[in-house]
Amino acid sequence: MAGNKESVAKTLTVAFLVCLVCAVVVSTAAVTLRPVQQKNQTLDRRVNILQAAGLYQPGMDVEAAFKTIERRFVDLDTGEYVDKPDSYDQLKASKDPQQSEALSGEEDIASIKRQADVAEVFLARDDNGDLSRIILPVRGYGLWSTLYGFMALEPDAKTIAGLGFYQHGETPGLGGEVDNPKWKALWEGKKIYDEDGDVAIQVIKGTVDSNTPNADNKVDGLAGATLTSKGVSHLVRFWVGEKGFGPYLERMRNGEADNGSNAGDTGGEA
Amino acid sequence: MAEKTKDLLFGPIFDNNPIALQILGICSALAVTSNLSTTVTMCIALTMVTAFSNFFVSTVRNVIPSSIRIIVQMTIIASLVIVVDQFLKAYAYSISKQLSVFVGLIITNCIVMGRAEAFAMKNAPVPSFMDGIGNGLGYSVLLLTLGFVRELFGAGSLFGMQVLPSTADGGWYQTNGLLLLPPSAFFLIGCFIWAVRTWKPEQVEKDEFKMKPHTRVSDAF
Repeated sequence: MAGNKESVAKTLTVAFLVCLVCAVVVSTAAVTLRPVQQKNQTLDRRVNILQAAGLYQPGMDVEAAFKTIERRFVDLDTGEYVDKPDSYDQLKASKDPQQSEALSGEEDIASIKRQADVAEVFLARDDNGDLSRIILPVRGYGLWSTLYGFMALEPDAKTIAGLGFYQHGETPGLGGEVDNPKWKALWEGKKIYDEDGDVAIQVIKGTVDSNTPNADNKVDGLAGATLTSKGVSHLVRFWVGEKGFGPYLERMRNGEADNGSNAGDTGGEA
Repeated sequence: MAEKTKDLLFGPIFDNNPIALQILGICSALAVTSNLSTTVTMCIALTMVTAFSNFFVSTVRNVIPSSIRIIVQMTIIASLVIVVDQFLKAYAYSISKQLSVFVGLIITNCIVMGRAEAFAMKNAPVPSFMDGIGNGLGYSVLLLTLGFVRELFGAGSLFGMQVLPSTADGGWYQTNGLLLLPPSAFFLIGCFIWAVRTWKPEQVEKDEFKMKPHTRVSDAF
């Protein structure tokens, strides 16, 4: 046996059999576990959306809470609602030249390179069916990584109600403090626009003195994480700006966009 | 036989620790030990992969042509790692998100490959399996020590529960941010090796060369 085990035919046979067995094992595991994994991903996303909206309590029934949240699609150029299938994936679309546009260096302050034509938004409603939160997906580059998160706005489309990231690779203890509940709480109640209606929200270096002019537009920077803070500042400004949800939010403020939920178009899949 | 199994299982913990003595698997020891819950998951995942890869490599060791033995070992290890990764995604989603790429990087962990090549290729499946578990335990002991020190003094918490109230939350403990960064693991591994070698001086390597005694400086002429 030891004599002929080095022959070419034997080598090929062993290589083939090893590959075959391993392929079967790997694909079986991947296929059988996929439904559970997808459920996890959906749940994780929903938790993140609820957290950004300030509606999440640990141990709550996420499925039930999510029934009050409606998923809509927005054409970012016009700010109008459009129809898209439930399976629409904004991140995938932003990589597809057919469904996205490249951003020039000046426009692309969040360093995301391409922006999808259509974005998703989540509208949370209170018990009376009135709009209570507008939740926007946001992303942008920090120091080491792209930060992915959700920003929740009050129904006036001017005031931030919450900001949270569900995926990033910033330095733990420094830039990673974007996850710190204390820092996240600072965003609550901040105004996006100044008196002239221009985007003014920003993260500053150090602590905001409540006596400075426009303190409403400023958020404390993270100590020891200047570049991550800058990244967050840029991404927030980008997503409420002209190339982001700017046109949509303007329609919201003018009362053109919120018209209750269309019959037959409620509660999309997140 | 019983004595031998015990050796295989517990030898690698202090006498032949894969990280402290063999200096293998440093990369993941730096990357995943900033908090204990990811550390524990990583330890379990690595122990499983090492044990089963040893077992399967040993099972087929007599038919593997030596010209392709490394790639066959890699294929078996990679398949096991993917299976572990899929399981984590299905049953421990939030932890698998934190571990992210490091589960996949078990494939390149020198311990797995090292044990397959050094032990499993020459021994029967059951002792190989035990050797895998043993080395996994050795890796785990060191990682858990690192994770414990780094999370406790770096973030003031253990398994995410606040133990020392940090100044950021209004407590008294000023957290040591350096401990949350990967380089701190180097210092801690160094201290661990120092402690083990003080306890077991036979692990100290012989000097590769001896320094000459100091020579007197004198005039050239």
